[in-house]
Formats: sequence, structure tokens, C-alpha cells
Amino acid sequence: MTNATRPRLATIWLDGCSGCHMSLLDMDERLIDIASVADIVFSPTVDTKEFPENVDVTLMEGAIGSDEDVEKARKIRSRTKILVSMGDCALTANVVSMRNLFTVEDVLARAYDEPGSGNVPEPRPGESRAPKRYVPKLQTKARPVHEVVEVDYFLPGCPPPADAIHYTITELLAGRAPDPSHLTRFGR
Amino acid sequence: MTPDELSQLSVEERERQQGFEHCLNVCTAASCLSSGAEEVKKGLTTAVKEKGLREKCRIRGAGCMGLCSSGPLVALDPEDVLYQHVGVDDVPEIVESLDTQPVPRLLCDTTIPFFQRQKKIVLENSGRIDPERIEDYIAVGGYRSLARVLTEMDPDEVVQEIVNSGLRGRGGAGYPTGLKWGTVAKATGAEKYVICNADEGDPGAFMDRAVLESDPHRVLEGMTIAAYAVGATQGYIYVRAEYPLAIKRLRQAIKQAQRLGLQGDRIYETPFRFTVDIRLGAGAFVCGEETALIASIEGGRGLPRPRPPYPANHGLWGCPTLINNVETFANVAAILREGAGWFSSIGTEKSKGTKVFSLAGPLSRYGLIEVPMGISLREIVFDIAGGLPDGKSFKAVQTGGPSGGCIPARHLDTSVDYESLRELGAIMGSGGMIVMDESSNMVDVARFFMEFCMTESCGKCVPCRVGTYQMHTLLDRIYNRQGTKRDLELLSELCEVVRETSLCGLGQTAPNPVNSTLRYFRDEYEERLVSDGVRGPSGDPLAQVEMTP
Amino acid sequence: MTHKSIPTPDSFTLRIDGTDVVAQVGQSILEVAQDHNIGIPTLCYLEGLTPWGGCRLCLVEIKGSGRLLPACSTLATEDMDVTTTSPRIERYRRTIVELLFSERNHICAVCVSNGNCELQTLAQEMGVTHVHVPYRYPTLLVDSSHDGFRLDHNRCVMCTRCVRVCEEIEGAATKGVGGRGIDSMIINDLNEPWGESDTCTSCGKCVSVCPTGALTEKGTTFADMAKRRERRELLPYLTQTREGRR
Repeated sequence: MTNATRPRLATIWLDGCSGCHMSLLDMDERLIDIASVADIVFSPTVDTKEFPENVDVTLMEGAIGSDEDVEKARKIRSRTKILVSMGDCALTANVVSMRNLFTVEDVLARAYDEPGSGNVPEPRPGESRAPKRYVPKLQTKARPVHEVVEVDYFLPGCPPPADAIHYTITELLAGRAPDPSHLTRFGR
Repeated sequence: MTPDELSQLSVEERERQQGFEHCLNVCTAASCLSSGAEEVKKGLTTAVKEKGLREKCRIRGAGCMGLCSSGPLVALDPEDVLYQHVGVDDVPEIVESLDTQPVPRLLCDTTIPFFQRQKKIVLENSGRIDPERIEDYIAVGGYRSLARVLTEMDPDEVVQEIVNSGLRGRGGAGYPTGLKWGTVAKATGAEKYVICNADEGDPGAFMDRAVLESDPHRVLEGMTIAAYAVGATQGYIYVRAEYPLAIKRLRQAIKQAQRLGLQGDRIYETPFRFTVDIRLGAGAFVCGEETALIASIEGGRGLPRPRPPYPANHGLWGCPTLINNVETFANVAAILREGAGWFSSIGTEKSKGTKVFSLAGPLSRYGLIEVPMGISLREIVFDIAGGLPDGKSFKAVQTGGPSGGCIPARHLDTSVDYESLRELGAIMGSGGMIVMDESSNMVDVARFFMEFCMTESCGKCVPCRVGTYQMHTLLDRIYNRQGTKRDLELLSELCEVVRETSLCGLGQTAPNPVNSTLRYFRDEYEERLVSDGVRGPSGDPLAQVEMTP
Repeated sequence: MTHKSIPTPDSFTLRIDGTDVVAQVGQSILEVAQDHNIGIPTLCYLEGLTPWGGCRLCLVEIKGSGRLLPACSTLATEDMDVTTTSPRIERYRRTIVELLFSERNHICAVCVSNGNCELQTLAQEMGVTHVHVPYRYPTLLVDSSHDGFRLDHNRCVMCTRCVRVCEEIEGAATKGVGGRGIDSMIINDLNEPWGESDTCTSCGKCVSVCPTGALTEKGTTFADMAKRRERRELLPYLTQTREGRR
């Protein structure tokens, strides 16, 4: 099925809840139509490990919350012709940005050290159990994608309805600039 | 008091003053006071008393003499000697030398351009009279214009005289004063008000303070003439609380004027009545904006209102209100005394008279100056102020404070008038003039003024409230070498939106310092930019993707 | 107020967007436009309250005036030539809406007013799909001290409708503005917790006029929020009654 001239699509999930990807899957049988005209070369739903070169369209879900998100966003941007911010987290940092009112230390302490955070055994006083290795380092503030890399199109919604995602993809595949305002808005 | 009694008082006071062989004028305006003029004055008073010279030498607290960089200043009349950097230690020597030669080491050369190139109208009495004595003002001809106006002229004639003089508002915008007076005169209302805007707030500006501290009666006389011309009976001086000395002298001046019947009912024994009250600003810059100032006098939050309606028709408590700046009122008595023709012969075609500037920055001489309109910036910086000392080189001059702009060296020959400065992206403003040398970074300068506007924004309208914050953030980012080309584009875009959509002058002019520094010093912004956020492989993605399956 | 397009002794004509329209003496440009179904976006304006002129969304071009003027507080005059929209004005309006989003923490997805919010609707109508100025993310508190209502500063756009309705209609003047510039906040009395206010009558008018989710009734869901708009329609009637115009 793979063809060098077929458009190459990708989706990525950064700092978000994966709700946008659920909504993407809600396109149901229309996914098959898309798959018949384009290749999905990278996505949480496919098995590729490394983001490939020469991607035509990438839908990016989630805010930029960690150093790793910044690296990913930059790499994807450099390998993608059209980058679409998908969903309010990518557009506005949304729910993820609620942590911006606190310091990273406080956020980590809440998650890893405070009573009730589910950690067994309880941390020793004065010592944080927040991971120091392997887990990506949080940035001071979660930010929308377009504050880090250039974004070409914006698809608001929490999550954007499947119809809005379908509309956006098919418009782009048809070589037109999508304006999904009639199908979705912030918080939809 | 009648006009004749005024003349009588004037004559008596002059005779009294001529009874002294000498008069030592000690500058007691804020600048010299802060460098010890009060102690010098006390020292001189004591020394003269001890020497038994009290009948012979008068010690007078006088207003600002202008050359603040050489303060404390002491002038000796009638010898016309000026002493600079006078300390308490110098007092005995000065008193000893009264009948001999002046003290050479304290002499300030008064033949330098700083003194010779100025033209004094507003400041004609400044440094020459005691601002705390109404008799001093009357002795030099004060309140005579008011007498003539009340006894010989119709209100219409007064307005016409101001129209003919070509005087324009000295608060910054340069609206023709006569036109404004005419509008208020024609407006109908149960009551009319005259307001003097003394809420001088630009960083580095102290012209109005100096006028109020040095010659308060001049402003009162101007206001009273205006009230007669427009038909007002109540006036307010809105002065910022940060000017305690000006407030004290204004209060004294009002009391003195009331005592002599120059304020209150039946002024000069005519049916005309007019009273001035003082209202204190509580530190908000925006209250210098006329509608916010009016809201503040009314007792509300100092928030601007949309114009139209203009205060001339719908001002204080909904009544027609004339609102002019201190310096504008300070010109009035002189115009009526010397005539509109005399005034309009000074200056340029469209900008008449003189302008007071407060000169600051790394200059050989700085302080308060009054120059004819049309003088070049170069003459001000290099002749009057004596250029920059210690081999520093001139980079820019900032006029108009947070609403103004920075003018680079290549435009130094520009004439100082409303239109020329506006063409350069600066404004005349109220008279702050800050000279900068090469150590000033223009992004930093723009950031400073934006921070000022941000903290002084009242918060009523969105573009000013949020826009100034955003512009400050972007300037900060660029200054700290974290900004990208996109940030610079966004900054320019916000400049336009804030300028075009803000409610009042504060927001509308807040982008000026950014725009003017971008216009003349763009390289200083660009050299700080860092590489952009990563873009896609192509500049215009959609056009280049072959998408048709 | 429903001014009809029938000429009366107090009426005159002006042009809005190239069409001649009839206006009554004393009407603002916005009122005339609304009478003729010409849409001008507004946010701080609310029929029945004194115009404020702060949101700047209703700025229009008037031939001969160098500046854009707010339609809500500029009186219509004879032969005025008004243009309510242009690419330039639309760009300014979009940026203003974006500035509002960037100013505080408007997180539509978790806001009780989601779907009944005037800021959200404005963004959608103007095609604001993202905010291209940096977000501020201020740390703001929520005042839940009142028994029935909640004030969430995170969602406030400082339109001051609540301040005006409290003073002009209810006559309580509980609500006011504290601080200045970017630090301006809606306050109760002399900046006390709402629940401790001596002047608040708990009438709820402030809640019903709030365009966003800043003022809400406790225990409401987003379905209840739709009702808010209906309660608001009483305002012009109340204003006229107070002024003795009926």
C-alpha cells in the first residue's frame, strides 16, 4: 500500500490527556477513507518508534510541558511540512496550564511526596521522592505549542469533535486551508 | 482693592526694595533646596543680622534660577552677580564681600549661552521674586493684566487676544488655547469651571513644579483671566501630592490673593467673582489625562472617559470646563500685558512663544530652561547645555516622556516646534528633555518607558491594560537576548493595536518610545534577537505540498 | 429599548455601512445599529447599564474622525458616516480578544460557563483559534466566601458590568475595582471577602450580568448557566423604571 507519492500523515501526543486522539478515533469508518489515500507514518496508534523525515501533515495533541516535549516539537517541526495544533492543550495549554500557578517543586511534591499521593513508603522528611532520572524534566510553565515552534493551523476543542478533525485533515489533503471555526471552538 | 490701589502697592513695594543696598536671592526651589539652599539662606540671614546689615542687605528666598547643575545658587542684586555651588561655609565670605569685590571662586559666568540663549516669558520672574510674597509679584507688575482685563475688556476680547497670540497648550498636545477658551465661552451650562492641570508626571519633567514653586501668582492670575474670558466662577488646581513645596506656596498664594481681594467676590471691585481651590493628586500618572483628572476631582477613581464629549462642553460635573496646563496659564498675563502681536512674533509660524524644558542627562549644564520655539535641538544640547562632558558622545534626546520619542544625532538640527517633533516620531510633550550618551541602550530605554506606562495604566481599557503588559514582556525578552524575530514582529503589531484602540492618551501614546527607537535604532533590537522557533521545511507549506492523492 | 425606524420629530438619518438609517436624538451609534440589525461586537456594554467604553470591541470608523470611536458611548449625529467593520478593525478586535485570553486563566474546558460565555462566543465569531500573544498565567484566587455565589478572578475580563449593575440597579455599590492596570481586580466593599460584605444584598444581579464564568451561583452546572441570559433581559426594564421613564 505504501507509495512514495502518497501524503504522509502523523499524529503525536505531548502533554495532554489523549482525549484528542480518542476523538480522532471517533472518526470511525472515515479513518479507513483517510488511510486509503494517505499513509499514517507515526502516531500513538501505530508502531513506529522514531519520528520519520518528510512528513506532510502532523496533528499535535497536548501542551509543551517538559524539556522532552520541546525537543520532540522541534524535531517534528523540522520534519513536517504542515503542523496542526490539535485541541485546546496544544492551542492554549488548557488544563495542563493549571499547574502554571504553582512552582514545579510544589507540583512534584504534591504528586510524589504529600500524604495521599499514593507513595509507599512515605518519603523521609526533607527528602523528595520526585524522580530525578528517566522522567522528563518539567518546564517552569506548560505552554501552547505555537510558543515553541511555528504552527500552521489550529484546531480548537477539548477535544475537537471528530467532524472537525476529519474536516481539517480532508481539507489539507485537498490542498485547501482549513478554517474549522464553524465546527468547533475553545472548550468544545 | 481697586486697580489704583494695586499700582499704589506696587510703587510702595518697589520703594521698599530699593531701600536695600543689596539683595541676596537664594534659590529655594526644590532642586537647590535638596542640595542645601535652606541652610545657606539661614546662614546668610544670621550672618547679615550679626554684622548689623539687616537694613542694608535683603535676603530673599527666590524661585528657580534654572542652572540646577550648579546649585545651590545665590544671586546678588543689583550687582548682577551669580554664585554657584554655595555651601554654608561660603556664607561669611559672601557677606564680607558685599561692599567690595564678589567672591571669585564662587562666581558663575552669566555670559555663557545657558543664560544668553534663553528667552524668558513664563520664567520671567523665576529666581527674581520671593514666591511666598504677593507684594513681590505685584512689584514686578503682577495682577496688572487682570486689572486691565476686568476693567477694560469684554470676555470676547480676551478670548480673541489669546486666539491672536497663537498660544497652544503646553501640556503636550498643542491644541490652540484660544480655540479651547472660545468653545468653553460659547458652551452653555449652569456653572463653568476652570481647571489648572498641575499633575506633572513624566519622568524627568519638572517645569510645572518650578513655575508653581517660583511664581505661583502668575498661574493664579492666568486662571482668573481665563475664568473671566469663559464665564467661570470656580477654579481648581489639580496638583500632585508629590509636590509639597508647590502646594504650600500655592496655598499661601491663594490666601494672599483672597486677602487683597484678587480672588473671591467682587475682584477689583467689579461684579466678577472667582475662587480657586486646590485638589491633590494621589500619585496616578493617568490623572494628568483631562477626563481622568476631572473624574478624580469629582471624587471617583481617576479613570478616563471616552471623548467626545469633550470637557469644554461636558466636563467637571457635566459642566463646560476649561482645562489648561500650568505653563499655558503662566503665559496668559504676559500675553495680555505685552499684546498678542508681541507674543506671536516669537517662535515659528505655527508654534508661537517659548517653551520651558527640564534638561536632564549627562550634560555639562542641566536644569530648567526657557527657549523660543523654533530653536534647534542642537542649540539646546550643545550651546545651552554645553554638550556632553568627559568626551562622551551624544546618542539621542528624548522628548515627551513616556508619550514621546528618541531623536538621534542626525536630526539634531530639527526645529523645536509641535509639528517638526511630531514628524520625527517624538512629541513636544510637556517639556521633559532627556539627553542620552552612548552608554544608553535604546531597547532598555523603550523598556523603561513601557514599564512606566504598564504600571501607570489605569486598567479601564483592554488594549492599554494588557497590551502595555505584553509589550513590556516582549521588550524584556528582547533586551535579555531571549526574543526572536517573531517577538519583534509581535511587538510592532501590538504597538499599532494599542495606539489605535486605547481609550485615552496614555495608551494611545504608550507605543511611541518603542516606535521611535525602532525607527532610529532598529539594529539595537535586531542584534539582541536569538534564532527563531523552528519553522517547517518550507516557508509557505501549503503551496509546496503535492497533496492530491 | 426598541426605537423603530419611523421618522419622528426627534429623528434624523445617518449612514451605517453605506446604508441610510433612521436614529432618534440621544441614541448611541450602537443603539442605532442594533435597531437596524447591524451587528457590532460588544463585551463591556450591556443594555440598561451606563456605557463603559473599556473593552474597545465596538470601535467603529467615523468619517472625518481621526480615531476609531466606541459605538456604545458615541452619540449618533445627523449625517454621520459610520463603518462598523473593515479588515483593520477586525484585526484589532481579534487582538483585543486574544489579549483578554492571555491576561488571566481562561480554561474553557473546566469552566462552568463553557458554552454560555460571551468571551468564548466572541472568539469563535471572530475566528480566534489561538492566542498569538504570550499567556500571562497569573496566580489568582477564587472568593468562595459568599453563601450563594462565587467570584473567580481567573475568568474575569474586567468589563465592570457587575460594578455598574450593583451600583446603578441594585443601589448597593458592593462591587468596585481595586488596584490599577494589569493588577486591577473586582473587589467587594473595601476589598473584603464577599461573604463578609455588609452591603451585599445577595440579589445575584452581578452573577446574571457576568459575561464569563467569573461570577457564578454555587452549585450550578453549565446547563443552568444558559438561564443567566434570560434574567438579564429584565435590566433595561429596571433601568427605565428607576429613571421614571415608564
